[in-house]
Amino acid sequence: MIPVAFDYSAPTTLQEALSLLAEAGDDGKIMAGGQSLIPVLKLRLAAPSRVIDLGKIDSLRGVREDGDMLVIGAMTPHHEVANNPLVAQYAGLIAKATRTVADPQIRHRGTFGGALVHADPAGDLPAPALALEAEFVVTGPGGTRTIPAAEFFVDLFTTAVSEDEILTEVRIPKKAGWICDYQKFTRVAQQWSIVGVAAAIRMEGDVIAEARVALTNMGSVPIRVTAVEQALVGRAREEDAIAEATAAVADGTRPPSDINGDADYRKHLAAVLTKRAILGATSADPSGGSRR
Amino acid sequence: MTITEIGASRTRKEDQRLITGRSRYTDNMVLPGMLHLALLRSPFAHATITAINVDEAKKSPGVTMVLTGRDIADEQGSIPSAWPVIPDQKATPYLPMAVDRVAYAGEIVACVIARTAAAARDALDLIDVDYEELPVVLDLEEAMTDAALTHPELGTNLSAKWIFDSATAGTGTDVAEALANSDVVVERTYYQQRLIPAFMEPRSTVVDPTGDQITVWSATQVPHILRLMISLALSIPESKVRVIAPDVGGGFGGKLAVTAEEFITLIASRHVGKPCKYTETRTESLMGAHHGRAQVQRIKVSATKDGIVTGLDVNLLADMGAYLGVITAGVPILGAFMYNAIYKFPAYRFECNNLFTNKVPTGAYRGAGRPEATFAIERVMDDLAAELKMDPIELRRKNWIKHEEFPFTTVAGLEYDSGNYEAATDKALAEFGYEALRAEQKARRDSGDRVQLGIGVSTYTEMCGLAPSRVLGSLDYAAGGWENAQVRVLPTGNVEVVTGISPHGQGHETSFSQIVADRLGVPFDNVEILHGDTQVAQKGMDTYGSRSLVVGGMAVVAAADKVIEKAKTVAAHVLEANRDDIEFSAGRFGVKGTDQGMTLGEIAFAVFSAHNLPDGFEPSLDSDATFDPVNFNFPHGTHLAAMEVDTETGQVTLRSYVCVDDIGNVINPLLVDGQVHGGLAQGISQALFEEAVYDDAGTLVTGSFVDYLIPSAADLPSFTTDRTVTPALTNALGVKGVGEAGTIASTPAIVNGVLDAIRQFGVSDILMPCSPSRVWKTLQEARSGGGRHAESSSPESAGSTPQATGNI
Repeated sequence: MIPVAFDYSAPTTLQEALSLLAEAGDDGKIMAGGQSLIPVLKLRLAAPSRVIDLGKIDSLRGVREDGDMLVIGAMTPHHEVANNPLVAQYAGLIAKATRTVADPQIRHRGTFGGALVHADPAGDLPAPALALEAEFVVTGPGGTRTIPAAEFFVDLFTTAVSEDEILTEVRIPKKAGWICDYQKFTRVAQQWSIVGVAAAIRMEGDVIAEARVALTNMGSVPIRVTAVEQALVGRAREEDAIAEATAAVADGTRPPSDINGDADYRKHLAAVLTKRAILGATSADPSGGSRR
Repeated sequence: MTITEIGASRTRKEDQRLITGRSRYTDNMVLPGMLHLALLRSPFAHATITAINVDEAKKSPGVTMVLTGRDIADEQGSIPSAWPVIPDQKATPYLPMAVDRVAYAGEIVACVIARTAAAARDALDLIDVDYEELPVVLDLEEAMTDAALTHPELGTNLSAKWIFDSATAGTGTDVAEALANSDVVVERTYYQQRLIPAFMEPRSTVVDPTGDQITVWSATQVPHILRLMISLALSIPESKVRVIAPDVGGGFGGKLAVTAEEFITLIASRHVGKPCKYTETRTESLMGAHHGRAQVQRIKVSATKDGIVTGLDVNLLADMGAYLGVITAGVPILGAFMYNAIYKFPAYRFECNNLFTNKVPTGAYRGAGRPEATFAIERVMDDLAAELKMDPIELRRKNWIKHEEFPFTTVAGLEYDSGNYEAATDKALAEFGYEALRAEQKARRDSGDRVQLGIGVSTYTEMCGLAPSRVLGSLDYAAGGWENAQVRVLPTGNVEVVTGISPHGQGHETSFSQIVADRLGVPFDNVEILHGDTQVAQKGMDTYGSRSLVVGGMAVVAAADKVIEKAKTVAAHVLEANRDDIEFSAGRFGVKGTDQGMTLGEIAFAVFSAHNLPDGFEPSLDSDATFDPVNFNFPHGTHLAAMEVDTETGQVTLRSYVCVDDIGNVINPLLVDGQVHGGLAQGISQALFEEAVYDDAGTLVTGSFVDYLIPSAADLPSFTTDRTVTPALTNALGVKGVGEAGTIASTPAIVNGVLDAIRQFGVSDILMPCSPSRVWKTLQEARSGGGRHAESSSPESAGSTPQATGNI
């Protein structure tokens, strides 16, 4: 497990990182925690000539509020996201999903932005980001632009971030008072999602007033299911009513078949997990906590 | 002897160095001038090698030499098969490096030797191999038809057919007759999936060819066997080979092997005249180190309508993989003696068909033959109970050997010396809360709960402590099963114990120290256990088959007793007493009826100085003993699992697990619990998680831990482990092996529990691992078709996923 030789840089400013990236051109690769990149390099699935590590750029790390938006720096480690009280309060779905990512070691090394830009279809963060209508702020030679979540995930391991751009932060509209759940289905605790369902709802009295639902690993990119979101509105959180509203959640999806389950099984799971996510939604405990 | 150490839950003396990293594994070895190997492996399961071009690789920076199979064809020998199970067994040479043809994906085709591991790895990408693909044999049932051949030159995939028949052997009656004349016959086909031992430390070998002797460090369970095999296969005088197994990070049978990688590293080091190191990657380990299990088990059991079993017929297809390793052929045969388990079956027939396939060779994996047998018999006993509408415990009670019936000669011809199945079962049932769980199960069924409860039962025994040499001889194994030990008493009274076993995680440095401390009456910390170096422990049969304590430990006891006898002679002389009046107790050699006496340390110094010894007394207390067991020993126990099945998703959860094992007397309860916990995890993992999956071309799909699922603590409940104590009568300590018991017992307990939860829906069989998708599909089929036994047991219909393509 030895990668092809590469040059390594650890710039301390975003500008420095961008110019190193420009210099390296197609042969440059950004490292944002390395929890996916290092295995990829070791397996020789990629062989960049230069790896640019963003780990020393402090400005890319941290969580803050900006008016109606919650802002998470791209280089914020999962552990910090999972335990941050602002995230728990305004984007509980992100907190809950982040707590299911891999294991404690990886959650201390891997970063929020790194996982999103990696865009693994079985990764747990794209679906919640999509469901919450996050905005992705990227900076490149041409300046800074903001990409809405609906346009961010382009394909398997591919996002709208250009090769000369760097994701700097993710802006999420605050959803105070919403309740949420991330249903991650795996065979063993430390495993990629076979299927995941991200759901957030706002209750008015006993009925659902608003809902957001997105699916993990049901296709090459995360899938938001607005038809189910709409069908949920006005319903009480009772099993039959919710099952009826969520039954068609996998319609039109083309999930993968692999040793953990075929496409039919994944479609079935998506419906069951969506129902469970809606019925089981709660506020995110701001003190965090680890999964299981 | 005063017992203060035996029975004490001492923490492991080896842990401090292991946990703090103050230890050496093979990959930590750095020798002056050492070069590094990287190996190129075939991506094809079966292909002719038409050309290999290494020119570019040779020019790569840092590369010293590149070797292909053709380059070393005259000197590489072949990996020996030490267990030809029948005289006319068919096999093809197991070459360390392929020359003309590869027969499994992962087979080694070339070797780069370079100044750094990175340079060696880089050069691999520059080797160009032309392959012509050949038809592949992947499925055992297809292999049996010889429609395609693993090795065309053999003309068949069948390596050997091995048969035991109780009517012929005189140990029982005729099975065909029993099957024809019984009220009930249950017929089942079970599939033992391929498993990967997945030891934590990947295999690694360092060879130093400089000097008069070749020194081999290897992450192996079997340094002594490796030394002998190197000598025999490569025609190097045995006295010129030293093998060292330093600290070894797990094996589970996966390092009970003599490997192509070891031979190639040795040959490469001789070519370059310098020390060489090879350490495999995890992916290489998963695709290149031997696998385990991989059998199709066709079982017929007959019984009277009130549940007395009358006959058992077993017909196996056993996957050898592409070649026969050291004990590949014998592993399924070891199971032959265990299908009758704890029961009094009057008639038994066992047939095993050893088949070649284009997959990595199989070999020992924790339990080796016995888990397969135990799985099948415990599964079919549950299936028979269901057929007879009888409680599974009740059926077992009717058929097992009662405690007053020991010693008992089984229908397979073994003599069980002792056991008490009633006691272990009663204790397990009480701790499990069997009746309450049955009541909960009924309530969940009645209410149609989404989560159904199942209770899995496994009442196992196993034969361990490999092995009486005469028995091994009768099974055509090439070697014996004795073990050697030496006790050396240093002038200070400290004791060095040399053992021929080769621990690789079990904790023998601790348990053997406890035995010797009690036996010689010296402090625990004054005992040092030496092992794993053929120049230190020159005789040994190494560690596997739950043999270390029951064979190796007994050799240590015998060697210690010889020291005591010598010390008594010295004590009598120095104290001017009659030798018969010397009493040994708590480390003191006293003169009966007086307050005179000497400690072992005082005697040791007297022997060291040798100033005042009896005439003709050889000035040494040291001893050497070799112990050959008279019989196997037979641990047993009752394991109970409460399984929850989410009928909506197929997710299976192990809610609680109770096991009561009887391993006789216990040296160190903490070590025993550790062995049981680890064993349970591995057996449960076969039932629920693990499977080596190949695609239709014979490529391993589960080539990393992303796909080959290993459970962590988060996936398992807190086990309840308890014991009954029925001492073994065949060794002085009254001990039985415990290294494999948990693995052997737990797999059927889990699957029986899953089935017990969903049998109500018309399901009578399910494949392992019981993955959520497989459980869900099986339930779907049962619900739509109702009671589709045959379909649900066939791999093709158990899910449309690649894991269900029949690549058992």
